[in-house]
Amino acid sequence: MSKTLFDKLWDAHIVDSIDGVDVIYIDQHFIHEVTSPQAFDGLKKRGISVFRTQKTLATADHNVPTINQHLPIIEPMSRAQVKKLTDNCREFDVELYELGHEKNGIVHIIGPELGITKPGMTIVCGDSHTSTHGAFGSIAFGIGTSQVEQTLATQCILMNRPNTMRITIEGELSKGVFAKDIILYIISKLTAAGGTGYFIEYAGSTIRSLSMEARMTICNMSIEMGARGGLIAPDEVTYAYLKGKERVPKGDNWDNAKSYWQTLFSDTNAMFDREEKFYAKDISPMVTFGTNPGMGIKIDDLIPEINNVASFDKSLAYMGLKKGESLLGQKIQHVFIGSCTNARIEDLRIVAEYVSGKKKSNEVSVMIVPGSKQVEAQAKQEGLDKIFIEAGFELREPGCSACLGMNEDKIPSGEYCISTSNRNFEGRQGPGARTILASPLMAAAAAVSGKIEDVRLLID
Amino acid sequence: MKKLTKIRSTAIPLPIEDVDTDQIIPARFLKALTREGFGENLFRDWRYNSDGSEVKDFVLNNRMYSGEILVAGNNFGCGSSREHAAWSLDDYGFRIVISSFFADIFKGNALNNGLLPIQITPDELQQVFKAIEENVKVEFQVNLENQTLEIVGSDKLFSFEVSTYKKMCLLNGYDDIDYLLSQRDRIEEFESQQLIY
Ligand code: SF4
Repeated sequence: MSKTLFDKLWDAHIVDSIDGVDVIYIDQHFIHEVTSPQAFDGLKKRGISVFRTQKTLATADHNVPTINQHLPIIEPMSRAQVKKLTDNCREFDVELYELGHEKNGIVHIIGPELGITKPGMTIVCGDSHTSTHGAFGSIAFGIGTSQVEQTLATQCILMNRPNTMRITIEGELSKGVFAKDIILYIISKLTAAGGTGYFIEYAGSTIRSLSMEARMTICNMSIEMGARGGLIAPDEVTYAYLKGKERVPKGDNWDNAKSYWQTLFSDTNAMFDREEKFYAKDISPMVTFGTNPGMGIKIDDLIPEINNVASFDKSLAYMGLKKGESLLGQKIQHVFIGSCTNARIEDLRIVAEYVSGKKKSNEVSVMIVPGSKQVEAQAKQEGLDKIFIEAGFELREPGCSACLGMNEDKIPSGEYCISTSNRNFEGRQGPGARTILASPLMAAAAAVSGKIEDVRLLID
Repeated sequence: MKKLTKIRSTAIPLPIEDVDTDQIIPARFLKALTREGFGENLFRDWRYNSDGSEVKDFVLNNRMYSGEILVAGNNFGCGSSREHAAWSLDDYGFRIVISSFFADIFKGNALNNGLLPIQITPDELQQVFKAIEENVKVEFQVNLENQTLEIVGSDKLFSFEVSTYKKMCLLNGYDDIDYLLSQRDRIEEFESQQLIY
């Protein structure tokens, strides 16, 4: 029988079923300091150990400072939380890339860069953007702390099989249009709740033409339309990215692994519960104007005039924007380039290429936060750090930073920030902060001029 | 986990759509190492001004409203996987959230904490909001066994879905982990047959 890629992978991981709920085996579990302490406490209370320590990897990322990482963390509660992770990992024998470690970084950046994330796997983490790892043709999704505890205790979770949706995107992207614009465009069409209950497969020639890093940006934001996750069938681009990575099989094992991975695709006649199709030619650089990622428009469109919807009005009031307005030329005070959506080396290269030889506007502060120590090292090796510093950017050390505003990196109330992260919720970047989501190039352009630009007019 | 069978209570209305987990509990309050005490910061930035004073017109600050049931607009709980959202609702004293739509991860987290998400149709949700608008003291009767929500004193009785397995857990106060731990042998057997790369 024809099967979707998702169903092939799901079926291969069913340990058992109870009343229609599946016991799903998890191949890789990532943990971090914020959503794991209560889970370890649960194990302690029950007096049990971590079932498969070698399938668990920890990193400190959400709640870490992005300056002076070699010094003790100043904020006491953050320090306690990061220390708790270290203590728990020691006690339970879990591998940890702690703050300052050369492989530390945002959990969804380090998994792929170390070659831990591979096709065919099931991957969970107590963080909704775990969907990022789906770019490799794996089932990857965020879980709550109770499920973190379950995974630590049994390497399994209980879950109903989600429905499947295929989103096909065909054609060639226009200049100045990136993976971030594709996904913001899709979410604006399907809405912030439109994917709820589904696991998405992204397909089509546009997706095939993207690099692994760009594919990760797409899968990363699947959760922003409510979907459990998103995945992309592996292909030569995937294998080329993986080959030689630290934790990828070598020699004969590589050949065996690859021949297995080559079976991972949706069969020609496979039935999806829902299909959506989009065309690359319809996609322009995108910006958001509201307080959920579905509230996005093309840069040359106007904020829609939706009337009599209280939530819409509330959202615009929070943002200090008006119906029928354009965001072009909108002044911003902050630029945040970072997060698991757009803080990989390709993102930094795009920014560096644009700002090379330019200076940031005096009206804005610009923070650029690499996704991991390895991205940071690579950027330095390529001399990107000098470009950023000459442009007047603040180059920080890795972490989630202003993506969620848990550490000191917050946007002041009422001020605008163009951000390469994934959520523009009220207060996400700090109480009262006004977030405009966009691609790294859009952020770079805004950094230089101090206002929202149409990047297509600025590049050749 | 606490058992949940029947609940009769007044309700607190929050007719806002797309209430995300950053509103339910902002990230800066996720530094705690235990599950307790999150109720204090539930809806923090809607509840309090930046100087710590109460936002007068926010519903949780309106003493007219009380109860163990929160009634919210469509797509409640979207955003992050933070279970702290469920913990903060539970810690504040809610046992039930009613909406016309819930985000997936939130729904699972709620169920894992004995907090019952009741999904009814948009039309039914409007009837619930209307009933509270007409009488803040109107009571609702939830019967998990029968999967029904009744507006007490009216003829309105709505039914809702809940998975058979989760219903069994809630009625008995079982956690998923109890079940999974009992399956360890089965899990090891699965591992021994798994292709690994
Ligand atoms: S960068 Fe943002 S979205 Fe990504 S893991 Fe960190 S907090 Fe979550």
